[in-house]
Formats: sequence, structure tokens, C-alpha cells
Amino acid sequence: MAVMTMRDALNLALKEELARDSSVFLMGEEVAEYQGAYKVTRGLLEEFGPKRVIDTPITELGFAGLGVGAAMAGLRPIIEFMTFNFSILATDQIINSAAKMRYMSGGQFKIPIVFRGPGGSAYQVSSQHSQALESWYAYFPGLKVVMPSTPADAKGLLKSAIRDDDPVIFIEQERMYGMKGEVPEDDDFTIPLGVGEVKREGTDATIIARSVMVPTALQAAEQLEKEGISCEVIDPRTIRPLDIKLIIESIKKTNRAVVAEESHPFASVGAEISAQIAEQAFDYLDAPVKRVSGADVPMPYAKNLEQLAIPDVAHIVAAVKEVSYV
Amino acid sequence: MATQVVMPKLSPTMEEGQLARWLKKEGDKVSMGEPLAEIDTDKATMEMQALSNGVLRKILINEGESAPLGQPIAIIGEPDEDISELLKTASAPKPEKAAEAPQSPPESDAAPAVEEQPQEVETPEPTQSINGDGHKPRTDGRVLISPIAARMASEAGIDFKTVQGSGPGGRIVKRDVESAISDQKKPAATKAAVGRISIPRPARAGVVHGPSAYRDEPVSEMRRTIAKRLVTSLGPVPHFFLTMEIDMERAADMRRSINELYPDLKLSINDLIIKVVAVSLIQHPEVNASFQDKTIRYYEHADIGVAVATENGLITPIVRAAELKSLTEIATEVRELAGRARARKLKPEEYLGATFSISNLGMFGIEEFTAVINPPEGAILAVGAMSPKPVVKDDRVEIRQTMRVTMSCDHRAIDGATGAKFLQTFKQIMENPIYLFLDQ
Amino acid sequence: MSSQPTERSNSRSKNSPAGGAGVLERPAEPAAQLNEDRDILVKIFHQMLLIRRFEEKCAESYSLGKIGGFCHLYIGQEAVGVGAISALRADDYVLTSYREHGQAIAKGISPEAVMAELYGKAGGCSQGKGGSMHLFDADVNFLGGHAIVGGQIPLATGVAFASKYKETDQVTLCFFGEAAVNQGAFHESLNMAQLWKLPCIYICENNMYGMGTSLQRAMSSQNVAAKASAYELASESVDGMDVLKMREATQRAIKRAREESLPTLLEARTYRYMGHSMSDPGNYRTRAEIEKYQERDPIKIFTKTLKDNGLLSDSEIAEIEAQIKEEVEKAVRFADESPLPDPKELYTDVYANPIN
Repeated sequence: MAVMTMRDALNLALKEELARDSSVFLMGEEVAEYQGAYKVTRGLLEEFGPKRVIDTPITELGFAGLGVGAAMAGLRPIIEFMTFNFSILATDQIINSAAKMRYMSGGQFKIPIVFRGPGGSAYQVSSQHSQALESWYAYFPGLKVVMPSTPADAKGLLKSAIRDDDPVIFIEQERMYGMKGEVPEDDDFTIPLGVGEVKREGTDATIIARSVMVPTALQAAEQLEKEGISCEVIDPRTIRPLDIKLIIESIKKTNRAVVAEESHPFASVGAEISAQIAEQAFDYLDAPVKRVSGADVPMPYAKNLEQLAIPDVAHIVAAVKEVSYV
Repeated sequence: MATQVVMPKLSPTMEEGQLARWLKKEGDKVSMGEPLAEIDTDKATMEMQALSNGVLRKILINEGESAPLGQPIAIIGEPDEDISELLKTASAPKPEKAAEAPQSPPESDAAPAVEEQPQEVETPEPTQSINGDGHKPRTDGRVLISPIAARMASEAGIDFKTVQGSGPGGRIVKRDVESAISDQKKPAATKAAVGRISIPRPARAGVVHGPSAYRDEPVSEMRRTIAKRLVTSLGPVPHFFLTMEIDMERAADMRRSINELYPDLKLSINDLIIKVVAVSLIQHPEVNASFQDKTIRYYEHADIGVAVATENGLITPIVRAAELKSLTEIATEVRELAGRARARKLKPEEYLGATFSISNLGMFGIEEFTAVINPPEGAILAVGAMSPKPVVKDDRVEIRQTMRVTMSCDHRAIDGATGAKFLQTFKQIMENPIYLFLDQ
Repeated sequence: MSSQPTERSNSRSKNSPAGGAGVLERPAEPAAQLNEDRDILVKIFHQMLLIRRFEEKCAESYSLGKIGGFCHLYIGQEAVGVGAISALRADDYVLTSYREHGQAIAKGISPEAVMAELYGKAGGCSQGKGGSMHLFDADVNFLGGHAIVGGQIPLATGVAFASKYKETDQVTLCFFGEAAVNQGAFHESLNMAQLWKLPCIYICENNMYGMGTSLQRAMSSQNVAAKASAYELASESVDGMDVLKMREATQRAIKRAREESLPTLLEARTYRYMGHSMSDPGNYRTRAEIEKYQERDPIKIFTKTLKDNGLLSDSEIAEIEAQIKEEVEKAVRFADESPLPDPKELYTDVYANPIN
């Protein structure tokens, strides 16, 4: 076990997988000589050379499609979007090519590609640079969507994503790159996709959170514990396919659910989770599922407005109290 | 020769009886002296014996129905006898059944409600809460209940319609069913109800309470008789009185400490008494009640009328849901209400509709007195002065602050034992106010 | 002869005031020299004619309701696909658009598997799950069949990238129409291909119409080949109605790709005789125009060339026609008899690694 930042955990995952399989290559803007816009790819060019670690022009649609074509021809590309906001330009290739190639060819091609990068809010980077797009990508059959919330999860999940034979959308969070945590040093340490984790056990209410909302939810749980409400915090880790079983088991125990997310509420991942809970745990609910989502507005620049737009500990605490009738 | 069987007088005071159970069916052979039916009287359930031989030809009154003394309730005769004449005289219009079954509860859903619509409520003040809805009783007949609560109630064999809901719109939620289940398990309180005291919690902060919600239960046969007799013998409201002496040492101490910490608050002993009375009432809901002639009304909250002497007479402004309010809130509210009472600025809903009243003449040095109940409340507590008195404690004589209270009860709604148990709890908490901060 | 390939660009965009550089604007050039084996030439002829008859049969099947959705026919463009693909090795790759039946057959997918796919049957080359626009066959390195205009261009660039990465000398052909040239994906791909020296051959089938919009109405600069100069990428403009010219131009591009790992843009000037698809009434061009272009029917031209050079007799042609008729009918029979996909196939092959 070593203690390292999420940035370094991701870096280590990339390093290990590039070393393990020569068909893996990494491509994106500033990933090579600049050492990565967020330094996640630091040192990789030096270690693996320009054939494996490739700087691209600013040409998201082009290099996303190039990645999919390369995957069709037998390689295992890791395509970095500097932020997932820029992936919007590439969505034709992600959605119409990567997600569908296997199905529409009748199973003849597999697309073992990873699209990774930071998504969601940062620090005052305004509306075009702060979007949480996971529900968009989770919508499409053919894609897998993964969102780690700890350094260990980041490493284990990224390795699994790279080894997975399907297109994986791997969404990191810029505000978590500096977060420290214990990470297994075994270079074969992986965390399976599609398996969530109970980040904190509890008995009175279930909070389902992902990515940067997990630390917020854990803080809320600490506060609620002092007020006599014991919260269970569940991090699905993989959004699609969703480990709904873990969530339902928890709700059977606690009878109440709060979903915390920084994305907008309409048709969010939280909306999907709420619907699945209503379908599968209706008879165990003591209150309707409560969602705590980001504000339904484009992200503003001003510091105070940005803070208001992102759910905080108080919001989650209030939501848990509401479903607890306290 | 066929005979009519009539409602017999089975007790000296009985005026009408309720047919509890027929012990014979139509067509059965009957012989003199054989038990024919069980009859509920004002005192007890008694067996009625047949006074002739023959066959029970016709039953004229069904189980559960009542009949006044002397009314034909069956016909005994020979199997093939003509009984038409007897039937004619027997079918004189029967008086309306007194012991009627309670109105069957309106259609209700087990499934949780959809968004509640705004409702007409009997209580005038709409309560405010974050959900825009408080604990108003539903008048549209729907019962709101969460899925898990419905399931738990069903599994425990509890009719959820008897459970009070504490959720929004009166939704019955898990904890309501849990407490109904544990109430079920509690043995009948034949011994003194000392021990577990649960302190009610407000559902959410910032709720402004209107008058308390309540439920009405039909008066039983026995009660009705008692009521009638008492009224005829003791005047409009049959009072009885219970006195208790309370050791106020700790209460006085607590008040002193609080006023040291918050000098502007000026908490009075009466403020404390209001809180303790309210909490005790919730513990003894049979006392937080009102005789309503055909029903007894049991209130959900303790709305305490606080007697205030004004130039023009006595008025009792009300602290609504006092059991949920903090001492600070009560003290502030009482001071404010009393001020407005003296200035003749109270609104009717602020002095009408208490569930229980307190009258304190302690400031005049009165040691104890009996107060008159404010109808239609079930009781009133008369509080005397608190003063140091010698008392025996642990085989020694000590000087301790002591206070005497006298509770007047409406005998139609409250019995002696019931009132006494309430006073026991009141005393227990008053002597150890720390109970207010615990929840056993 | 056809225009010289431009290695480095200083050629100006050739905006013809009368319109695009269509097939008719140049004088008919003398037939190419036939320096190929007769077998190869006859095979090329057979393929072109097979595709023609196959597409005619598709039109018939579509109007009988046996083919659903969209059906984009290759009639008139056979020389481009057949000529270009004839220059490839079996292990080279082809990617194309939705107007792909001809290229699929030329690359080696059997007419039965293509027709069954069009009929949406289990025996189709994509198991009935792709349809006319998504034919795939990994065994013959035909990588689809893509329905978003220009979507195949970055994909093909990536396939070429993979060949270079794996250090094989495979090349990739990418077919697209002239309207796709206006998509950003085209420009992004050419930029990367030249920057990274990828062995990709971009073949623009300029049939002068993007659905109902002529290229004059869609392009400020109608010289497609010249667009390569923006990326300093080699390009050539080819008479796409001449299958041998197409073949030779492709051979030049293949050599460049295999030996130097450099991309080429080939503009093949061609024409489609049918509408954009079976649903297109074709009101944007005149009957007269179509008839004019039919004088340059690529099959007619090549037949004449072969006959003139004594390589094919009328009786041999008739025999080939008869064979093709049989091949096409066999394909239709196969498609008719092939079962519909099993309903549980609805949920298969969404993922290579299904979880939960």
C-alpha cells in the first residue's frame, strides 16, 4: 500500500497498462511533451516514446474517430479529452461509431477503447468548462461509464477499463486530482467494472453519491451521525452498468434514499437511479427518493454563485432529514 | 302457548340492554331456565334465561343491537304454532340502536398517496411547514401511508387506519407503525405508570401549530350510563378532585440556573409547569380529552390554556402543542399572550379550544384550591404556591420547596385512576425535570 | 492522360466557371493502355457487371418491399469501386459510406450475404442487424458501411494508423462522396494523416450531387483534389468512369502508402444514374443530363475497350451475363430463404464483455 494522489494513481495505472500490453497507446492534447494538462500523463512520453504517447492537434472529432478505427484494427487506444466538455465535439464518433460498431456489424468487431478525462465542475471555469455529461453517455447501450471517487478506485478502475474489450467513458474529476489515499501497489490490482462499494455503513438512510460528491456525502454522514442519524454511503463507481443490487440491498435496510450528484437534475443519472429504486424497492421505502442535484442553470463564473450551484454538505444533510421526517 | 321474550332488567339501574350473543338459534329447543342469550348491561354482561319451554321460533333483535327494557326480543312457542299475532305486536318501531356500530371508516388506500391536494380542515389555522402541509387531519377519507409502513402494519396485524401519521399530510410512516407495534406489546397498565417517559419531538422546525388534531371514539354503553347518572346527580359537569404534593426543590434549582444563564428570559415556575403538564398529557392521552356527548374526543397535541387574570375577568390564552415547544418558547409565548390578554388584544382562536387548562394562584399565596373545569375540556390543574416546608426525606426532616396541585376532572371522560396516573407522571417529572431532556 | 499527381501543392484551385470538373467537361480521352493480364481484366469486367445487375435487382426488391429503410444504389459508379479495390491486397482495408453494395462485393463479400443483409435476414453479413448502410465482413477486411456522412473518414485514418503502429504495410482505402468533403471530419482526418504520415488513401467519389444539392450549391471551391493542398497531401483527379484509370491511380497511391507511408486524396469524377436513394424522385436534375452522362457509362466504355482489343467476344459477354444472372438470382433465393434473426439476437453483441 502506498499513499498517493488520485493524479498519481491514474498515472500509475496508465504506466502499468502501457507496459503490460504493447497494443495500448495514449493519445490526446498535451498528453506527451506538456506532460498532460493536469499532469495525469506526466513522464509517460519519456518512458514509452512518441509512438505510444501521442500529442494531437486540437481535433477531437478526428482523433476520437481515429481511436475507434484503430480499435477496429486491433489496437487498444486510450483517448484523452482534456476535459469532457470537449468530448461534445467527438460525440458522433463516440456514439455513432464506438457504441454501435459491434452491434451493427453483428458482433464482428470489438472496440476496446477508453475515452478518459476530467468532467464536472472545476474552480470558476464557467459554463462551457464545467459540465457533467455522464448521463448523456450512460444513455447509450454499447458504452460503459465509470467514475472513480478515490485514488485506489481510480487506479483499479482505469486498469480494468483499459483491459475491457468495450468502449469505456472514464470520467475523472479535476477537483479530486490532488486527493490523497491509500493505493495498492500491486501492478495487477484491478477493480471490476459494474461493482459499487459501500463507502460508509449505516442503518437509517442511504446516500448514493459518485465522483466528487462522495467526499461531500461522507462529510454529511459524519454530521448526521452526531445528530443521531446513521447514514450508509454508496458509491456505484460504475454508472453503466449500474450495481443497482448494492443500492437496493441498502435501501431494504434503511428504507430511505437520497441521491447526491453535481449534474443537472433533468434526466440525470440520479433520475435513473430514482426510477430503478422505485421499481425495485417500492415496498421498502418510507419516503420518496430525494435527489440533491446541481442547480438547473449553466455554471456561473462568480465564486459565490458557483458555490450555490453545486450541492454541499448542508444540502445533503437537509435531504436526509427530509426523508427521515426530522 | 307462544310467548314473547322481552328485554329483562338484569341490574337495578339498567334501562336498556345490548344483545351481545344469542346462545340458541331459531328452531332450537328451549327449556325453562336455560340460558338463551348474553346481554350487555350498564354494569356487566349477563346471561338471560328462558322463562318458558318450547322452540325458539323467532329472533327479533340481532347481536349487537340494543333494546330498552321490556321490548320483545324473541318468540318461543310450539314448532307449528301460529305466532303472527305476537309478531305484529313485536314489530312496533324499535328505538334507534344506541350502541350503534361506529361509522365504517371511509374508503382508504393502503398505497401511499399521490401529491396531496389542499383540503378543507375543521381546524381554522393552517399549519405551515416546509412541505406546505402539517398534521391536518384528512377529510377526504384517504389515508396516506408509506410502502414500508403499510407492509409492517399488515405483517403485525395492525389496522393502519388506527395509527396516527406523523409524516407530511398525516402520512403514516415507519416510526408511527413501530410505536403502534410497541404499544401493542406493552402490558395493560394496571400498575402505576411510572417508568418509560417519551418526550415528543416536533416533526420539523418552525412549524406554527393551529388547534390540535383529534380523534373521536364512540362512547360505550357503560360510559353513557355513568354520564347520564352523574349529570343528574352532580350538575352539568361532574367534577371530582385529586390533590398531590410536589417536591419542587429540583425544579426551583433548574429555574434558578436557567435564569442565571438567560437573565432576560425570566422563566417562571408556571412556564415549567406548563411544559411538564403538556408532556404528561401526551403520556396520558385519556386525560387530554373532552366529553362530547356521543363521543369522547382525544386530542393529538396538548394545547394548554393558561389562566390569566385581567381587569375584566379570567381569560385563558392557549399555548398550542406545548409538548413540542422548548421552555424558552413557552416562556416567551406566555409572556406575550398574557400581555395581549390584559390589553384585550387576543383573537378568539387564541383563547378558545384548549385541551387542558392550568390555573395558578400561587402568586397570591394560595396553598391549594379547586378550579372549575372550562367546558368542554376534560380537566384543569389548580396550582398553589411554592414554599419551603419541612418534609420527611430518607428518615430525616428537611426543608424543601413544596407545592400542592389539585386537579379537577370531568368524570364523564376521566376516571379517578386515570386522573391519578396522570398526576403521578406529572409529579415524577416535576420532581425530576431532567426527564424533559431524556427520551427513554 | 489524366492529370499529374500533385506531390506538393502550388496548384491553384481550378474553379471552372461553368461548374465542377465533371466527366463531361474534359474531352474523352483515349482508352488506357491495356498492360494487364486478360484474366484480371475479365474479372474486373465481371465484377462491374455483377454489381450493375445486383443493384438493378435491389431496386426491384426494394419496390417489392423486400428491402426496408434506405437503399442507396451504386449504378454508374461501378468503375470507381471496382477499379480502386482491384489494386488492393486481400489484407488491405476498405471503409466506405452507405452507398456501399458495390464496394462490398468488390472487396469479396458474397452477393448472397449482401442481399440477405439487405433483406434483414440472419444470413446477412451483419446478421441482419446492420442493413443496407452497415455491411461488414472482418474476414475480407471490409470495415463497413457508415451512415453519418464523413463518419468513416476518421475511422479509416485510425485503421491506417493501426497498420503503421503494427508495422505492417497494409493500406486503407476510404470512400466518400464529395459532399462529405465539407464535413469537419474530412479536414481533421487529412491533417492528421499527412502530419503523422498514415497509409490511408482517401477516394472521393464526386458524383456531383450531395443528395439533392449539386456541388456548385454546396462548395465555394469545387476542386476537390485541390483541397489536399491545404494539408500538403498528395492528390490526383481521376476519370472515375474509366475503371482502368481508376485502377492505375489507386496503384500509384498504394505505392506511396506502402513504401513511404504517405496518404493520397483521389478525386474520382463520376456520376450516379439513379437517385440518391430509392426514395429520391430526383427532381434536381434533368432527364437530359442523365442521358448525357449515360453515354459515358463505365461498363459500356470498358466493354468497348475489351472488345476493341480483342479480349472479349460477344458470346463471351453473353456467357458472363448469364452467369451473373444466375449469381444474382442465387443471392435473391438465399436472401428469401434465410430466416429472420432469432428474437434473442436483439440483446446480443451490444458488448464484447457484458457485465450483469
